[in-house]
Amino acid sequence: MDYLDELEAEAIYILREVAGQFEKPALLFSGGKDSITIVHLALKAFRPGKFPFPLVHIDTGHNFEETITYRDEMIARIGEKLIVGYVQDDIDAGNVVEQKGKNASRNQLQTVTLLNTIAKHKFDACIGGARRDEEKARAKERIFSVRDEFGQWDPKRQRPELWSLYNGKIHPGENVRVFPISNWTELDVWNYIRRENIPLPTIYFAHEREVITRGGQYMAASPFLNLDEEDVIERKNVRFRTVGDMTCTAAVESYANQIDDIIDEISASRVSERGARMDDKVSEAAMEDRKKGGYF
Amino acid sequence: MNILKLLTAGSVDDGKSTLIGRLLYDSEAILIDQLEALQRSNRKNDDGTIDLAILTDGLKAEREQGITIDVAYKYFQTEKRKFIIADTPGHIQYTRNMVTGASNSNLAIILIDARKGVIEQTIRHSFLVSLLGLPQVVVAINKMDMVEFEEAVFDRIVADYKKLAAKVGLEHVTYIPVSALKGDNIVFESTRTSWYKGSSLLSHLENVEIPVDTKSEHARFPVQWIVRPQTDELHDYRGYAGRVSSGSFRVNDKVTVLPSGFSSKISQIELYDMQPEIASAGMSVTLHLADEIDISRGDILVSAENAPHVSRQIETDLCWMDTRALDTTQTYFLQHNSRITRCRIQEILYKFNINTLEKEYDEDFKLNDIGRIIIKTADPLAFDYYQDNNANGGAILIDARTNVTVGALMFRANAE
Repeated sequence: MDYLDELEAEAIYILREVAGQFEKPALLFSGGKDSITIVHLALKAFRPGKFPFPLVHIDTGHNFEETITYRDEMIARIGEKLIVGYVQDDIDAGNVVEQKGKNASRNQLQTVTLLNTIAKHKFDACIGGARRDEEKARAKERIFSVRDEFGQWDPKRQRPELWSLYNGKIHPGENVRVFPISNWTELDVWNYIRRENIPLPTIYFAHEREVITRGGQYMAASPFLNLDEEDVIERKNVRFRTVGDMTCTAAVESYANQIDDIIDEISASRVSERGARMDDKVSEAAMEDRKKGGYF
Repeated sequence: MNILKLLTAGSVDDGKSTLIGRLLYDSEAILIDQLEALQRSNRKNDDGTIDLAILTDGLKAEREQGITIDVAYKYFQTEKRKFIIADTPGHIQYTRNMVTGASNSNLAIILIDARKGVIEQTIRHSFLVSLLGLPQVVVAINKMDMVEFEEAVFDRIVADYKKLAAKVGLEHVTYIPVSALKGDNIVFESTRTSWYKGSSLLSHLENVEIPVDTKSEHARFPVQWIVRPQTDELHDYRGYAGRVSSGSFRVNDKVTVLPSGFSSKISQIELYDMQPEIASAGMSVTLHLADEIDISRGDILVSAENAPHVSRQIETDLCWMDTRALDTTQTYFLQHNSRITRCRIQEILYKFNINTLEKEYDEDFKLNDIGRIIIKTADPLAFDYYQDNNANGGAILIDARTNVTVGALMFRANAE
């Protein structure tokens, strides 16, 4: 088997294990290329049947418009159920407090909305698009990753994961995060998207946009970004390598507007993908701390 | 291009993490921001160069203690091949992690410190590699820079290891003298080991023939999920979704459903919008049968000619992975393919002393103990012997009280 066939077959196998082992699973959909890839893999796993789970989007309210457009078009195309959890609702209810200052972001706040959404719908498994090549803490996470009733990940108490046997047994209140594309790299995802002709939101391709420079990276200028007198708005040709909250996803300068060009750029690139995520720069252990707190 | 999954094993100071770091670094698989994070970190080698081990030490607790406490997976690729490395700790308490890593690998790199030679942990690691049935082994004799790259040191360790390999039953072993710290024979061939005629570690990994996961050609298809759209136009549609675990299935092949024993014929193979004629090992597909048979998740479709054993009593190796000892008065869950059933431990036959490789008679099964037992299951299992077919011969034990995975089973004989 070619490596893409091998990775695809493994991911389909994992998705079907979720369907077989859990009562109320959900697919966490961010609008990014990784979760778009998982939706495509779910089509392959379950068609002509329906998905045995809804899609769940945690909406920070600070979205790229293109992502929401894409999401709604995709849902209409595949005819599956979408549940949206709004961070704004948790802010309004006083469950979380909006960050202040120049680098304020709702990225941290979405953990609370995610946990509330899981509790409200009693989801026992949440499928996510995280990959082990993204970051050091992720490299150690299991494919079936058990979270306690507070949504916490305990790296020292992970279950051994042998062969292709995924243990999904949990106590009431616990849930499992499942990562079907754990073994894929960024390049694998792009090569797969190209091979399968999977449509993507337009922000993944080079376009002209107003940006400001923060920490040596381009951030999209938007009403959600707190600007001060030092910030200068420029027009640049950019594309995004990951898609998250507008306040924490940085763009790279690029003229790659075809998937082939993007793959060439990534192959030649010497900056890893999460390097464009401000949220990981905080400290060396940033991701590990957020995962322990219930983050994706 | 294909994928080689490999495992690294060595004791605490053998330099495993440095070896992996070196592979990534010299093959330019480290990206700029990771390199920056490396340089920001305070850990340096004695000569001021970057400590490459930091690349694989993922968790805060590990960085503080300076040891690897869990399995970390690393990914890199060259023009020839993709690699998935399971970095498993050599620390004595963590045998279970090595077993975990080995169960998902098809090649093991065993590290030996050139100054120390074959030690107790080398025996343990080699035994585990053999127990888990890894078909290919590379013995990397590391820290050659500390012994002046002397051929005699290398030769002596190779001779010692050959005796060990024969004893534990490892057949395909390749020996490479390396210095992970200095980079000799990792990615580039060393100029300081002119007496060594083999290839560098990376070149070996790129060219070694990837052994198939399961040695068996016998067709096995555990059913994971039944696809039933139940719409007007697909009213009678009933597909069996799963992954071929060994062998292959063709349209019109006669198959048996186990444990029920019913027979039928494959009428169609589906892979989303394609209808392939053949589904071979590793492929996730949906199968259709000519007859209407009651089949559910947990059942297995097998070729009618080469059926596996069906039994409720199995002699099996057990690797115990929990801090709470095995309790023979408890029933445990057993997960084999897509089937979960209850099981009891009927008899403990013996334990392996994995340092001396002797059998011992001891009723106590504690964390990291390995031995031979007989289990009795509530439902019959359709299984192969692990040594013949890894995929259909392995299972896990789950503690019914904590839901934690507590044991790895490798079925060895039918005890019914």
